[in-house]
Amino acid sequence: MTMKPTTRGFLFLAFVLAVLPLALTNGYYYDLAIRMAINATIAVGLNLLIGYTGQISLGHAGFFGIGAYASAILTSRYGLPSGLALIIGAVATAGLAFAVARPILKLKGHYLAMATLGLGIILSMVVVNETDLTGGPDGMPVDAFSLFGMQIVGEQAWYVVVVLILLLVTRAALNLIDAPAGRALQAIHGAEIAARVAGVDTTSFKVRVFVLSAVVASVMGSVTAHYVGFLTPGVAGFFHSIELVTMVVLGGMASVFGSILGAVVLTLLPQLLSAFEGWETVVFGLILMLTMIFLPRGILPTLRLKFAGRAA
Amino acid sequence: MEKRTFIKFTLAAAACAAIGTATAADPIRIGAVLSVTGPAAYLGDPELKTLQMYVETLNKSGGVLGRPLELVHYDDGSEAGKANGFAKRLIENDKVDFIIGGTTSGATMAIAPLVERAQVPFISLAGAVVIVEPAKKWVFKTPHTDRMAAERVFDDMKKAGLTKVALLSENSGFGQSGRKEAQAVAAKYGITLVADETYGPKDTDMTAQLTKIKGVPGVQAVFVFGLGQGPAVVTKNFAQLGIKLPLYQSHGVASDEYIRLAGAAAEGVRLPSPALPVAAKLPATDPQKKVVSDYAKLFAERWKAEPSTFGGYAYDGLMLATDAMRRAGSTDKGKVRDALEATTNFVATSGAFNMSASDHMGLSLSAFRMLEIRNGDWTLLN
Amino acid sequence: MLSELLQFLFSGLTVGAMYALAAVGFSLIYSASGVINFAQGEFIMLGGMSAALLVQAGVPLPLAIALAVLVAAAAGLIVEKLAIEPAGNSEVVTLVIITIGASLTLRGLAEVFLGKGNHALPAFSGEDPLVIFGATLMPQSLWVMGVTLVVVLALGLFFGRTTLGKGVLATSCNKLAAQLVGINTRFILLLAFGLSAALGAVGGILVAPMTYTSYDVGIMMGLKGFVAAALGGLGSGFGAIVGGLLLGIVEAMTAGYISSAYKDAMPFVLILLILFFLPQGLFGKKATDRV
Repeated sequence: MTMKPTTRGFLFLAFVLAVLPLALTNGYYYDLAIRMAINATIAVGLNLLIGYTGQISLGHAGFFGIGAYASAILTSRYGLPSGLALIIGAVATAGLAFAVARPILKLKGHYLAMATLGLGIILSMVVVNETDLTGGPDGMPVDAFSLFGMQIVGEQAWYVVVVLILLLVTRAALNLIDAPAGRALQAIHGAEIAARVAGVDTTSFKVRVFVLSAVVASVMGSVTAHYVGFLTPGVAGFFHSIELVTMVVLGGMASVFGSILGAVVLTLLPQLLSAFEGWETVVFGLILMLTMIFLPRGILPTLRLKFAGRAA
Repeated sequence: MEKRTFIKFTLAAAACAAIGTATAADPIRIGAVLSVTGPAAYLGDPELKTLQMYVETLNKSGGVLGRPLELVHYDDGSEAGKANGFAKRLIENDKVDFIIGGTTSGATMAIAPLVERAQVPFISLAGAVVIVEPAKKWVFKTPHTDRMAAERVFDDMKKAGLTKVALLSENSGFGQSGRKEAQAVAAKYGITLVADETYGPKDTDMTAQLTKIKGVPGVQAVFVFGLGQGPAVVTKNFAQLGIKLPLYQSHGVASDEYIRLAGAAAEGVRLPSPALPVAAKLPATDPQKKVVSDYAKLFAERWKAEPSTFGGYAYDGLMLATDAMRRAGSTDKGKVRDALEATTNFVATSGAFNMSASDHMGLSLSAFRMLEIRNGDWTLLN
Repeated sequence: MLSELLQFLFSGLTVGAMYALAAVGFSLIYSASGVINFAQGEFIMLGGMSAALLVQAGVPLPLAIALAVLVAAAAGLIVEKLAIEPAGNSEVVTLVIITIGASLTLRGLAEVFLGKGNHALPAFSGEDPLVIFGATLMPQSLWVMGVTLVVVLALGLFFGRTTLGKGVLATSCNKLAAQLVGINTRFILLLAFGLSAALGAVGGILVAPMTYTSYDVGIMMGLKGFVAAALGGLGSGFGAIVGGLLLGIVEAMTAGYISSAYKDAMPFVLILLILFFLPQGLFGKKATDRV
């Protein structure tokens, strides 16, 4: 029985995530793993957009912020159940993403980056300024996530939750890429006009992928808000968007597992760099530059290419 | 099998030995999460420098309880989410005995639930009232609240008969907290806020906001709440527009840098401030004179930089923490917390601290001095 | 009323001219390479910071300005040589991440070596405001606007009249074709980075007396420059100037007449509207797809 490489990869990922807790000897390591899984999930979603359709978004933190603040505000100020708040946030994000997708995705390259950047910044300005709702720049606390009377408490429980979400999203992304729709996706990145001539409705695909990646970001925003228990406007800001894009590009565009790797690296780096007292920014910048110069297709695809070349 | 048991035994023995020798010289671990970079670096940078400097100083004089201090610090980049993660690291991984920090109110509030759960004494260096109201068992703070800054300014305005005030606040945690508190206490001093404008922390020109304020009928004074270069730009624009109203700033500009940046435009500006900028001008009878003079001198020598009142908050935090440890006679977290809560008349750079179960800051309004800038220097008002 | 409007306009033009200078740098590099250089803001910072620190150290102002421009230009050349050139024909997104890395590195170095304090530069022509119909204008604003104008004219001449300038344009249109007709595209790219960095530094120096400067001013100026460049149409020098001025004026008018809290959001609302209807920005070239 032969397995598809993606299935093998998926099983490997599931195995790693299952045995990882053995290495997580305290709450801090769990915390790191949880943050990695959250970032990885968003990156997998965003990579569908960036890697497979070739559309850059510098505004995904905005969608993350909608989910996060929807959860925070609806649960603590209006007493809604956290599950419902999460869904409302996701639906609102989907609605907004859908509404802006068509005009925005007509744009190309940097104009698309500009438009998504603008969208993200407008959203984060709203969060900063509507202090009565959001607590303003000082942020607001968020209650624990509870479902059917059960609360998710403690790092271990959260680990299970975010890992399941990560596996679910990864599986869905892999399926999407393998399906005929996925081939259409890849065609869009390769040659949009050729794909259109061949009868692929490229715009409608792009819109769907855009909405999908936005919803993933929004749901993870809700999850993060409940997990961290406190929310500040930075989560919706420009730098968070850049961070997310960097995870995708660093890990490898059009590589689902690359995104996960990228998220792991970018979550871990600041923790490791804290040893460089004062030089963190410099070292971080240098690592970014060197990685992209020497592994221009991203970490995973470049390495894979190298090893494949050696094997052949 | 036998070999493995042997290894286990030696490891256990080694561990025992390590613990045995450790108790005497095992360092007291002070954890800190500060905003050393990012928008709040203006506060976080001197805070870190202060902690580093005084950990060195204390260790040179034999440490605390006969044990050296070890500072474990992380930079949250002015993001509360990161502060939360680093606080977890301090508690779970570095196993610190005490946490100082949370440069911003956002970071502090993101750390607070963690220290409450893990039961680690924690002193915040941020200004918001919510940090200590209501008092949380393990959370303390050293700076005056933003409400006290607003009250001190409004009190001064009231005495001068100014009742219609325009508020111009920075779009940052510091500025918006100040704005909220100013709005909350204005009525208490019979003050009406006739304008409520904001500016971005990195804005380069505030003439539009000031022009608008100038045009508000009946406005008698302007109150600016912000940090660093923003308020200096406001001050220059104020002079450029030829506005003759009294200009009040917050304690966010209580540093020599502000006078240097704003230059002649800063003449006549009034602000509430801890005693630090006027250390040399305090009367010899002032109980704070020695503390603030020593701090200012040491900081200037060690870092070749101007001391900052924000660094002073970190000094107060570290000194309150070590004082509590000495009085508790141990680093047992519960005992240190109790000792900290029992702090009475502890004179530091922000004033004299008198903590209690309901007051985890312990400063009174009088700890803020009103200053005026005259001839390019600070003048102490009464 | 009129004096108020005029005051908002002055404020907008002053800030807008700063944005315009930042935007020109973006446009120039975009023209030569198709890359949005996220390190542009750091060149602005380097100019302002170097000049301020040199003056503090006792160097006369004109010399300090010249040296600061050189420092920034050198930084631009180094970034191109060490980071952009080795990356070769990577995808544009990859290059963008490289410029982000370069930006972090430059800012980090400034933080370590130049410190985190705020610095001022003396105004070039004094601090006495000019009063025009009841509105006031700082002499330094005239410097900013004047130099911006000179830069526009100079760039116009450069692109329109010199072989080198035409080479830059040719490279941006079609790199391969440009190489085939004997244009040294590698040199063109180097030139674009050096020139953009120098222009950025000029901007940073000009505004330092009014806005002060610190190691992290590049973030905001870079972002605004990018917005201004996109607003005007990437790759269009004239568009960059118009985009910058428009951005500044919209911000000032929003702060003055609508809400200072949302003044920074307004340009983005504007940009979304413009891009919805004019996907190439105001003055951008219509690109045709190659199949």
